[in-house]
Amino acid sequence: MRPVIPYVTAALLFGLGVYGVLRRRNAVLVLMGVELMLNAVNLILITADTTTRALLPHSGQVFALFVIVLAAAEIGVGLAIVLQLYRMRASVAVDEVPLDTAPLDEVPMDKVPMEGQR
Amino acid sequence: MTGVDVLLLALGAVAVGSGVFVVSTRHLVRAGLYLVVCLGAVAGMYLVLTAELVAWVQVLIYVGAVVVLLLFAVMLTRAPIGASDDLDRPGWPAALIGGGVGLGLAALLIDAFRWTTVELPEAGTAERIGEQVFASWVLPFEVLSILLLSALVGAIVLSRPDIGRTPGDSAARDRTPGDRPAGDEPAERAGSGGEGGAR
Repeated sequence: MRPVIPYVTAALLFGLGVYGVLRRRNAVLVLMGVELMLNAVNLILITADTTTRALLPHSGQVFALFVIVLAAAEIGVGLAIVLQLYRMRASVAVDEVPLDTAPLDEVPMDKVPMEGQR
Repeated sequence: MTGVDVLLLALGAVAVGSGVFVVSTRHLVRAGLYLVVCLGAVAGMYLVLTAELVAWVQVLIYVGAVVVLLLFAVMLTRAPIGASDDLDRPGWPAALIGGGVGLGLAALLIDAFRWTTVELPEAGTAERIGEQVFASWVLPFEVLSILLLSALVGAIVLSRPDIGRTPGDSAARDRTPGDRPAGDEPAERAGSGGEGGAR
């Protein structure tokens, strides 16, 4: 097994994740970029587990499991924040959140204007 | 080039290719579906790299739960169906930084490992990983359980705006619009929407 193949794949995935986080305006798509980056880190950990003989066997895979748990917690809290932002501002575009004006007074989810009708 | 290398190359090509679509497609829902393909290919790479348990956990948690959560968020934020032009910001700084990070890391790793080969170790089955987790990594495991619990509670509190609001606060909010009927009915309705979001 040539470890350079999964390593390069992980590096490219990480670069794609960075690009997605910086490029996208929609907060949900930004979270997808974060997921890509976390997966690249997991791939690095798993590959390092095969290439190095550590004192504790399978440490890399245990770390990958921990990172998956962290990613699950991150996506839960992140999506809660995104939904709350949408409820207060009726938009999830990350570059046009007005920080100096008061929010809409929490509109219920079924009264929020549709995209394009604003 | 052995069979393992060919498999890794093919799965890596699928992962990177669908990753490109995730960050470049103009359909929100398709980005989530390409993310499924990308994460599935990465799970296949875990299987080839003998990380059996991690591969199945990846399929269960990422492909099963995280992507479903993301698609729910796409629906709950009233995302437009079909292509939309306002998903992206101007691209060249992002392309510069992302390409620099990706290609720089790739060059570093290629320089470090060249074309060497390693023997694959014994497979990381559930039994071996479980022995490690519950022998050497018990403390991080327990800390992670506390973190998961606090993240769960935090997500619920975040999506229920009626939790933690003092009566004076809600009265002040209700007075400001002027024409709104008195009472705390808006907070109740927002709370029921929050429950749907948390699920």
